[in-house]
Amino acid sequence: MNPEFFIPIPVLLSQLTLGLVNGAFYAMLSLGLAVIFGLLNVINFAHGALYMLGAVLAWAGMNYFGVGYWTMLLVSPLIVGIIGIIIERLLLHWIYELDHIYGLLLTLGITLVIEGIMRSAYGVSGLPYAAPSELRGATDLGFMFLPNYRAWVLVASITVCLATWFFIEKTKVGSYLRAGTENPKIVESFGVNVPVMITLTYGFGVALAAFAGVLAAPMMQVSPLMGQNLIIIIFAVVVIGGMGSIMGAIVTGLALGVLEGLTKVIYPQASSTVVFLIMAIILLVRPAGLFGRDK
Amino acid sequence: MSSNLLSVEGLTKEFNGFCAVDNVNLKVEKGSIHALIGPNGAGKSTLFNLLTKFLDPSSGKIIFNGQDITREQPSQIAKRGIIRSFQISAVFPNMTVLENVRIALQRKLGTSYHLWKSVSTLNTLNKEAMDILDSVGLAEFSDTITVNLSYGRKRALEIATTLAVNPVLMLLDEPTQGMGHEDIDRVKELIKRVSAGRTILMVEHNMSLVASLADTITVLQRGSILAEGSYSEVAKDPQVIEAYMGNAHVEVLGEH
Amino acid sequence: MSAFEKELGNSSKNISKILKSKSVSWSLVVLTSLLLAPFIGVYPVLILKILCFALFACSFNLLIGFTGLLSFGHAAFFGGAGYIFGYFMKSWGIPAEIGIILGVGFGAILGYVIGSLAIKRQGIYFAMITLALAQMVYFIFLQTPFTGGEDGLQGIPRGKLFGFIPLDSDLVTYYFVLGVVLLAFLAIVRIVNSPYGQILRAIKENEPRAVSLGYDTNRFKLIAFVTSASFSALAGSLKALVLGFATLTDVHWTMSGSVILMTLVGGLGTLTGPILGAVLIVMLENKIGEIGFFLAEVTGIQWFETLGQSVPMVTGIIFIICVLSFRQGIVGIFTRVCRPGR
Ligand SMILES: Nc1ncnc2c1ncn2[C@@H]1O[C@H](COP(=O)(O)OP(=O)(O)O)[C@@H](O)[C@H]1O
Ligand SMILES: [Mg+2]
Repeated sequence: MNPEFFIPIPVLLSQLTLGLVNGAFYAMLSLGLAVIFGLLNVINFAHGALYMLGAVLAWAGMNYFGVGYWTMLLVSPLIVGIIGIIIERLLLHWIYELDHIYGLLLTLGITLVIEGIMRSAYGVSGLPYAAPSELRGATDLGFMFLPNYRAWVLVASITVCLATWFFIEKTKVGSYLRAGTENPKIVESFGVNVPVMITLTYGFGVALAAFAGVLAAPMMQVSPLMGQNLIIIIFAVVVIGGMGSIMGAIVTGLALGVLEGLTKVIYPQASSTVVFLIMAIILLVRPAGLFGRDK
Repeated sequence: MSSNLLSVEGLTKEFNGFCAVDNVNLKVEKGSIHALIGPNGAGKSTLFNLLTKFLDPSSGKIIFNGQDITREQPSQIAKRGIIRSFQISAVFPNMTVLENVRIALQRKLGTSYHLWKSVSTLNTLNKEAMDILDSVGLAEFSDTITVNLSYGRKRALEIATTLAVNPVLMLLDEPTQGMGHEDIDRVKELIKRVSAGRTILMVEHNMSLVASLADTITVLQRGSILAEGSYSEVAKDPQVIEAYMGNAHVEVLGEH
Repeated sequence: MSAFEKELGNSSKNISKILKSKSVSWSLVVLTSLLLAPFIGVYPVLILKILCFALFACSFNLLIGFTGLLSFGHAAFFGGAGYIFGYFMKSWGIPAEIGIILGVGFGAILGYVIGSLAIKRQGIYFAMITLALAQMVYFIFLQTPFTGGEDGLQGIPRGKLFGFIPLDSDLVTYYFVLGVVLLAFLAIVRIVNSPYGQILRAIKENEPRAVSLGYDTNRFKLIAFVTSASFSALAGSLKALVLGFATLTDVHWTMSGSVILMTLVGGLGTLTGPILGAVLIVMLENKIGEIGFFLAEVTGIQWFETLGQSVPMVTGIIFIICVLSFRQGIVGIFTRVCRPGR
């Protein structure tokens, strides 16, 4: 075998699991983006910043108050969810009637403010955050060593994604949510308080982002800019998958993560652009997106 | 056969498994006013969207003037002279009334891609635009910004704009929707006047208008054709009476 | 129409006539001061930098303001052209105008590629696609060796104009760039006020209607996109010429955000708004430290002194204020106040 093209199996598998983990992040974030867009008609540019905020809060909890990972895994999304609710009530609330671009621009402004504050507080260099002791080390699967933390992130994020899917597609509250994306008036006539539903949806969507942020904290450098490039990848994921389907968002996210992981092994230089390339190809062959609704 | 300007064969549109237009066969005779009626959600607007290629049909054929146009782009269809109006008002709201008509006239100058020419070269079209506005009774509003027009006048402007491209086949989607008596009468006169030498396919709920204008009526229900014929024929059809006309008569007598 | 309405129409016409003559005299004032600026002690490079951004914002506005398309990827044309210009100037030693032409050509081609893909989707998706594709361009520039990675291209020579006019002096460069920017601005004004510009307006106001009247709107949009990208690339090449460097910041999406902000602050869909917006935002970015110190002194709040390091945050706050309560921008509000009929 030509040694140049020989890819050691462990490296491949390791990159694949890492890709899968990244894909799970993409899934969780694009899911939140889709849910928010469905109900608020706002593309939440701030999603990346709020993901970062989740991670930074986890770090701050540890460093200032000695609060550990597991607590912050709950507290951090909660705080970010509340911040989201405040953002929705204070700012987003006013622009639902306007052209969609204003939602994008407003949340872009919010992004810059959040990132700006964090930057002036922490600078741009990464803050180290250790995985909880229970999840350190790796497990020998026979064919590869799987870092325990990665395994946990995969299980946790896919569980959360599926739970969200179940909640939205299979429960009564979820059916209101879905109906609300089509016709808020009808939902109102069921006695649902639609403005509250909208606020809570935004809070939930960004809490999901913060949850992803805490999960990411031990794996990536915690930094005020960690969401900046991620949000654009998420946009590409959403363009590829289309925002009509929850399962579509999950599947697309995971698949793209894996593809990205594969690219890292085969042709590392392209790993940061492969998602965008795939987006371009999808636009050529299936402009409405993989799970997009008929135009 | 040759007198059919438009003929549609087995046209079908599915939205995620739901058949909004189901195997429709339709022939529109040259020079006629053809009305398409049917309850809300019957698929009338969808049919219009298919005919003008704003939607791609799932299957079926559209023949216009003997040519298969099923695969063409919306703008190509328009260039063939099939011009549609929309169920919701289709004007350019922040342009003046005159500019609205001029947009339609501009195409035949062939300078629409000329980014280096002055807009004043379009002034040669002003007279023709004014004539068209005059014919729909909007001449005195030519300098008004279109958003400020009343609803009825906006719809009249739409018809004027459509006329400006000298359509062979006009597709009007509920041209009197949401109008009061006076406006309806005006639009009725207008359609009657402009129908000379043209073919019109229109969706309309106002039965008295349909009765007095349409040569042929097609009744659509749940995506399929229920009946077709002249007003008196269709009105007698027991299926139609049961499904639709009964209500429509009430509507005619009561509401309008 | 009642006599009153007619009178109202006439008087508003008169007002707009006055405004027109006023705007003519205003442009004369601005033009004269621009021509004289280097002699009254203003630093020409700062003015040129502002002019480049003004041109960038005007090109961007051609899309958002006059076609209704929000591109979130214009940094790729602006910053990318700067790199192309810089690379050829540095390693081939070509005349400046050829370098600029190469930069613009790059912008046009890239605009064609990104535009063709992005017009396949509408509305907010269009913005997301342009953003994603521009990010791809960013990564490519980050990784390609000729761009100098994180450091960017430094020390780009200005070269000679037409092969014999050296642009070493700031003054010569000043008048050259001023001339090019003015011509480009006039070209944009003409495009907006051309038969083609009318169709763009129609597309912005009601695209399906424009289609139903027989216009292939995708083609119009693509041409507008390529035109806008080319002018942005011109602005980017000029900026690299003036400042002598090209860096990754100009290709990053935050630069696309900046140009959106300039246009929004000045007034979307107005001819002069983007210029005003560019002046304001560039000045603000330059002076924000001083403003911070001033505020700290006046209010006694120490925190303001750090404002100089928080440009993005201030930008963000302006974005929020603009979107919530200032969507017409400065020029938009000004015209509304002076011309109530419209
Ligand atoms: N783009 C679309 N996607 C999914 N369903 C659609 C779409 N457009 C129309 N429909 C459905 O097709 C049916 C016919 O709609 P329409 O043609 O608007 O009816 P009509 O004009 O006769 O009132 C409706 O049930 C509508 O919900
Ligand atoms: Mg309809």
